[in-house]
Amino acid sequence: MFVPDSLLHRLKRGCETMSYPKGPAPALPDRHGGALRVEAAKCAEGCSACVPVCPTEAITRPVGKLMTLDLGRCIFCAECVKACPEGAIIQTGDHRMAVNQRNNLVLGGGKEQIRLAAALDVKLLRLFGRSLKLRQVSAGGCNACEADTNVLATIGWDLGRFGIQFVASPRHADGLLITGPVSKNMELALKKTWNAVPEPKIVIAVGACAIAGGPFIGNSQHHHGASAVVPVDLFIPGCPPHPLTILDGLLRLLDRLEEEKRKN
Amino acid sequence: MNAMDSFALLSNGDALAWTDLPAWSVDDFVGATGAEIDRGGRLTSFFGVPEGDGVRLVAVIAFDADNTLAVGRSVPFSGSYPALTTTHEQAHLFEREVWEQHGLVPKDHPWLKPVRKDHGKGPGVCDFFRVDGLEVHEVAVGPVHAGIIEPGHFRFQCAGEDVLHLEIALGYQHRGIEEAVAGGPHRATVYQMETASGDSTVAHVTAYASVMEALAGAEAPLRAQWLRSLALELERLANHTGDLGALAGDVAFLPTASACGKIRGDFLNLTALICGNRFGRGLVRPGGCPMDVEPERLARVRERLEPALAEVEQAAGWLWDSASVRERFEGAGRLHATQAASIGLVGPAARACGLLRDVRYDHPTGWYRFAQVPVSVWPDGDVFARARVRWLEIQRSGEFLREQLDSGPEGEMRTELDAVAPDTLAVALVEGWRGEVCHVALTGADGRLRRYKITDPSFHNWTGLALAMRRQAISDFPVCNKSFNLSYCGFDL
Repeated sequence: MFVPDSLLHRLKRGCETMSYPKGPAPALPDRHGGALRVEAAKCAEGCSACVPVCPTEAITRPVGKLMTLDLGRCIFCAECVKACPEGAIIQTGDHRMAVNQRNNLVLGGGKEQIRLAAALDVKLLRLFGRSLKLRQVSAGGCNACEADTNVLATIGWDLGRFGIQFVASPRHADGLLITGPVSKNMELALKKTWNAVPEPKIVIAVGACAIAGGPFIGNSQHHHGASAVVPVDLFIPGCPPHPLTILDGLLRLLDRLEEEKRKN
Repeated sequence: MNAMDSFALLSNGDALAWTDLPAWSVDDFVGATGAEIDRGGRLTSFFGVPEGDGVRLVAVIAFDADNTLAVGRSVPFSGSYPALTTTHEQAHLFEREVWEQHGLVPKDHPWLKPVRKDHGKGPGVCDFFRVDGLEVHEVAVGPVHAGIIEPGHFRFQCAGEDVLHLEIALGYQHRGIEEAVAGGPHRATVYQMETASGDSTVAHVTAYASVMEALAGAEAPLRAQWLRSLALELERLANHTGDLGALAGDVAFLPTASACGKIRGDFLNLTALICGNRFGRGLVRPGGCPMDVEPERLARVRERLEPALAEVEQAAGWLWDSASVRERFEGAGRLHATQAASIGLVGPAARACGLLRDVRYDHPTGWYRFAQVPVSVWPDGDVFARARVRWLEIQRSGEFLREQLDSGPEGEMRTELDAVAPDTLAVALVEGWRGEVCHVALTGADGRLRRYKITDPSFHNWTGLALAMRRQAISDFPVCNKSFNLSYCGFDL
């Protein structure tokens, strides 16, 4: 009988929600690689071995200049890491990647790692810090970013404990979480959804597609990211980002990571 | 019968010279295609190939009982041709797609309208089939839906609570994958294949790798074929488990819903343990697999697999034990085997109508030639049957992994591929968790990809959902929809 069995199961298992962010973050899989760091000073003179292997043209090295790597375009295939003879592109294993400004994802030229996102301003924090309702819009997403956003609502992650919830109507939402490069066929629907969210509102772009077009960079049927259609407040890179990366971004925006530290 | 009178035969993962293909006038081609379907074939792919001022039509037909694929083509033509759909419903969406992509008009097609095209206002802004009557009302849903889910537009014609007709308008997710591949493969091509439908990454990229290997006249090393099959079964386990949880959630049965949500992640994390990515990105490449699995890693996969399988068994058990769940699942969204066969349904949805149809069994390639998975069938065609087939398949995939994890052949993981053959056509079918993934590649004289056709199982199956909703309460739509759980982006490409 499922009633005693499921109750007994729950009693035996206890609470299955992870202790993060009070406790340590769960480890990323060892082959994941995490965020990339660029040590452009290591680049050999005239070497551009990493440039042609990048499927999303995220790496540039203009003649006589330092190499740059755009983690917004990056789909973390690590082909550049393998191609670099000098070890100038390093997988850090760090899950934290969310930024407020698009150009904070461009590494190199004196900026070795990501400048992580700051919290919302005091006024917005007062409004959203303990209760943030988001409307998710998939606009050409391949359903992997969607799936790993959805997973945050499961018992292991329990997004609800932070007051963050995905709601059915944009009119009930404080902001949008957008996935996908924004296909032209979704442009109008995305604009209408954004317009239906009451002010003040925030927009979060999740995944390489929503930031710059991801693997579809160069195709003409989409807008190469959400910024082309609506203003974006938080960019979370990855293809797809690990759920931990998405959660880190959301908590960072709401200043909840610092808050947990202060509590300890 | 000489060679030019019949379809050219090949097996799954095989290639043949484009010039060896029979070419009929389009009227004869449509007739021949219909005749092939009538003698037990199934339309797997149907598309146009531009040539000169005209377009050739190509049909790929699967003979499941014979482990054979048949390919035929028309001579280049323009203008119109007699629609195949009028006699064979499974051509319905294919002919609309050909019309949209190439402007060829299928004469007397019963419902000729775009498949993905936008008129600046989204694909849902178009004429829908309407039922008139004083008591009849229309319900429009989407493209933006209530949950975290992809966009699509559903138009219901209802009498009270009863759905008389459902029409589904998709295309919102169109990213232009097929067009982007032309002239390739390009640097981004394999990554676009991995994201054709993100939850079926392994299925799509394996199909892509297979056609590229066939075009190069090579085979991936056995060890890579073995690893691909492990990844494909893990993908099936994760998605079927997630679906059982979501089905439970849709009938407000929370114990299974919450347990399966977590266990699905456990399976995804096993894929991540193998390759670093929860969806299997980077695991399969033309020529093999880029990374090996060392014995300690395999031991860890096995160690974590057992508790996940035990947990899903327990959580699924609660579902079958609950009379309220059975009451909601049984009889909901029923599709008959004859309907399923006529629209060319594939995957668990087809097997839940009693159709014995599984690429791993009918057209085995790769490791499935050596390690078979029994086909899971349930006869009733309702939500219960679709849930039940998933549960049967979870058990079979679990057993497959238990047996195969330690049976991997030794050897290389990847082989260098030679240049692909020019003017060659290759076909690969892969049984993804949702059903048959079909990739067809055609190279030009320059050895570049001239035409690339992807058919996601969703392309066949969305029509099944529309038919299953007839005479159902509209309030049962979520659970019926979830029981098919089709891909929007896989359809839209």
